[in-house]
Amino acid sequence: MTVTIRPPGTYRNERSFPFCPGCGHVAILDALDAALVRRGIDPARVVIVSDIGCSGLSDQYFATSAFHGLHGRSITYATGIKLADPTLEVVVVMGDGGTGIGGAHLLSAARRNVGITVLVFDNLNFGMTGGQHSTTTPPGALTSTTPSGNLEQPLDIAATAAVNGAAYVWRGTSYDADLTDRIVEAMETPGFSLLDIWEPCTAYFVRSNKVSRKGLSEIMESLGLEAGVLARRDVPEYSAEYRRVNAGSAPAPPPEGIEPEFESALDRRFVLVLAGAAGGKIRSAARFVGIGAMLSGLWVAQRDEYPITVRSGHSISTLALDSSPIEHTGTNDPDLLIALAPEGAATGRRWLSAMTEADEVLALPGVAGEIETSARVSVLDPAAVPGRLGPTEVALAAAVAGVVHAGLFPEEAVAEAVRRAGGRHAERNLAAVRAGALLGAELG
Amino acid sequence: MDGATAIVRGALDAKCTFFAGYPITPASQILMAMMRDLPRQGGVAVQGEDEIASIGMCIGAVMGGARAMTATSGPGMSLYSENLGLAVMGEIPLVVVDVQRMGPATGAATTVGQGDVQFARWGTSGGYPLIVLAPSSVPECYTLTVRAFDLAERFRCPVVLLTDKELNLTMRTVASADFVAPRVGDRPAPTGEGDRPYRYEPPGAVPPMRRFGDERVRFTGSTHDERALITKDPEVVGALNRHLAAKIDEHTDEIEMVASDLQDGADTLVISYGITAGAARSAAAEMRAAGRAVSVATVHSLWPVPERSLREAMTEVRRVVVAELNLGQYRREIEPLAGAREVVGVHRVDGELIAPEEIAEAVG
Repeated sequence: MTVTIRPPGTYRNERSFPFCPGCGHVAILDALDAALVRRGIDPARVVIVSDIGCSGLSDQYFATSAFHGLHGRSITYATGIKLADPTLEVVVVMGDGGTGIGGAHLLSAARRNVGITVLVFDNLNFGMTGGQHSTTTPPGALTSTTPSGNLEQPLDIAATAAVNGAAYVWRGTSYDADLTDRIVEAMETPGFSLLDIWEPCTAYFVRSNKVSRKGLSEIMESLGLEAGVLARRDVPEYSAEYRRVNAGSAPAPPPEGIEPEFESALDRRFVLVLAGAAGGKIRSAARFVGIGAMLSGLWVAQRDEYPITVRSGHSISTLALDSSPIEHTGTNDPDLLIALAPEGAATGRRWLSAMTEADEVLALPGVAGEIETSARVSVLDPAAVPGRLGPTEVALAAAVAGVVHAGLFPEEAVAEAVRRAGGRHAERNLAAVRAGALLGAELG
Repeated sequence: MDGATAIVRGALDAKCTFFAGYPITPASQILMAMMRDLPRQGGVAVQGEDEIASIGMCIGAVMGGARAMTATSGPGMSLYSENLGLAVMGEIPLVVVDVQRMGPATGAATTVGQGDVQFARWGTSGGYPLIVLAPSSVPECYTLTVRAFDLAERFRCPVVLLTDKELNLTMRTVASADFVAPRVGDRPAPTGEGDRPYRYEPPGAVPPMRRFGDERVRFTGSTHDERALITKDPEVVGALNRHLAAKIDEHTDEIEMVASDLQDGADTLVISYGITAGAARSAAAEMRAAGRAVSVATVHSLWPVPERSLREAMTEVRRVVVAELNLGQYRREIEPLAGAREVVGVHRVDGELIAPEEIAEAVG
């Protein structure tokens, strides 16, 4: 269906503005309406996004689509709207209050350059809630929360947006004759655009601080803030760029199944713990053993335990193996714990003290001395087999030794798991599996 | 497969088209997988500057026509709070995954917990219903994610998928036969009535979801009339607030999901959910093998409390054991349903999972 849209003469609806006499909002919204008329976009495709404060009432006076959200968050909603449908014309209407509470959103929007247009109704204070100071209140200004004069430096919204990469930034006042032109320019900019529009709050700021019509520009000048277009950059618009870089990528393939190729005689739950240190490839060793177990027809759960640091501290993988589905992934009492590093042995102390004579511990030579347990402890010495294992191969070799020693399933299943994973470490890992099988055989 | 992978597969199969999230352990795996896989099927995934932005983008994207999901952990849920309220008030279908870790505050990022059960329900101001689903296995992470999308669409509301570190990151063997996606409802075609986006009749009805661009549509988080214009008219506001509750409370039968495995002659019912339900089922299997009769119920829809199913499951028993990784957050919901039955809690908050033996001991 094709519908021809005739550009309307106004994007306003029949409702009259509710703002105080002399409030700058009216001039800005009239300029926005004029800009929309000039652009001539289907009103359904224009989305005015507002948040909280007097400026947040604005969207109700337009016959367009509209989103009225929470204080300071309008840029986030607008970003989502534009990313979901880049053909929409998305205009944010927010106050200096919202810019303060949503400061992180402003910075990120400028950096991200999603093609939305932000009009900041900057009246230098909180108008709706009683004239409190905002992030743009000038130093020394009197507000209901700065009765002795504002002690804070103002946030330079426009320069902040400009320095962080926004495609178009302008600063001026609601009195400026070129306001409509600037709004059109901002809307026509593909990336992120922001207009910092200073305006009088006739209820509070201009009354408390005796600001005249020219006063806004004088304050701007006294603070050394430049007016006019502060940034104009030819940067890619994010939602278009996102689609460009991802075009033609194939959907993620469904997960591949693992069919048993080997056999296991295990007929009960068996818990194997690899207790080592970060960087020791504990988790990947456990993964190879786990897939090997699956290739042998077992059900497996691999639970990894590590501190919040990445390459330091303990790294422990718990493998629960069973001939039937595993409902409970935890363990209080492993059948076999392989102690690969002091960090792992220390964190695994709770298990070591709970293990009984029916359980077993295999410990590397440097770790065996630190083990306190009722379980049987054997030393596992990787140096006892031919070929030198690298530090990242010891865990896999030790795990395979444990599998062979406990008679869980054929070591060839782990080798097959390594082969299937492929990659540049495959040969070294296969050597580790062979070494592990020898170590396991020696243990008996 | 781990729960994170299953959730992502569920979201992709439910035709999720938008994801935004912020890195947080133990939910980051969902963010990373969505960043990788969603654009490959034409969707958009973004890492927000914080959690507030992430859920905000999702809400905006839904109004732009997307089907959206976000994922975080407890500390992120704290930051989602205000926008969860916005999604309730603005009637936004949205799936919110909370991968619980031990709290409060920073707690322990890599440690399992189930401390967000009440928070997930009551986590925003105003006190309106949220639907909360809790998978207890990896395949359920898949099926309940898809179900969460369906309920979100059906009721135009945020649906929380409450999981945990253990379920999300522990890799487990799964059977492909368990991955059957429920159907997800489609949004209605535009009708030209977009100027009344919040028209509901009767109060428990759900207004059809509309998107920007097809027609002029307004969205609002303020108390509003059917045109989404702000109002304080007591009649209109009262009706709106009753509607937000009624659209869920009057349809609990469509939401209730409890897997009851009842045994003849059992005097005790074990109620559990999430990761702990696996231990409960495991305990029941061991006890039955040893000749001890026991019934077990896994709650998949935590909120609204599935009262009908739980009362039914309790009918034949005189004791109820509730097992959970908190100090009794769901037990307090079970107690009023239990009547004269004894309710026993099995609770741990030390970062360890509840073991089947602990549940068996409580059953006696």
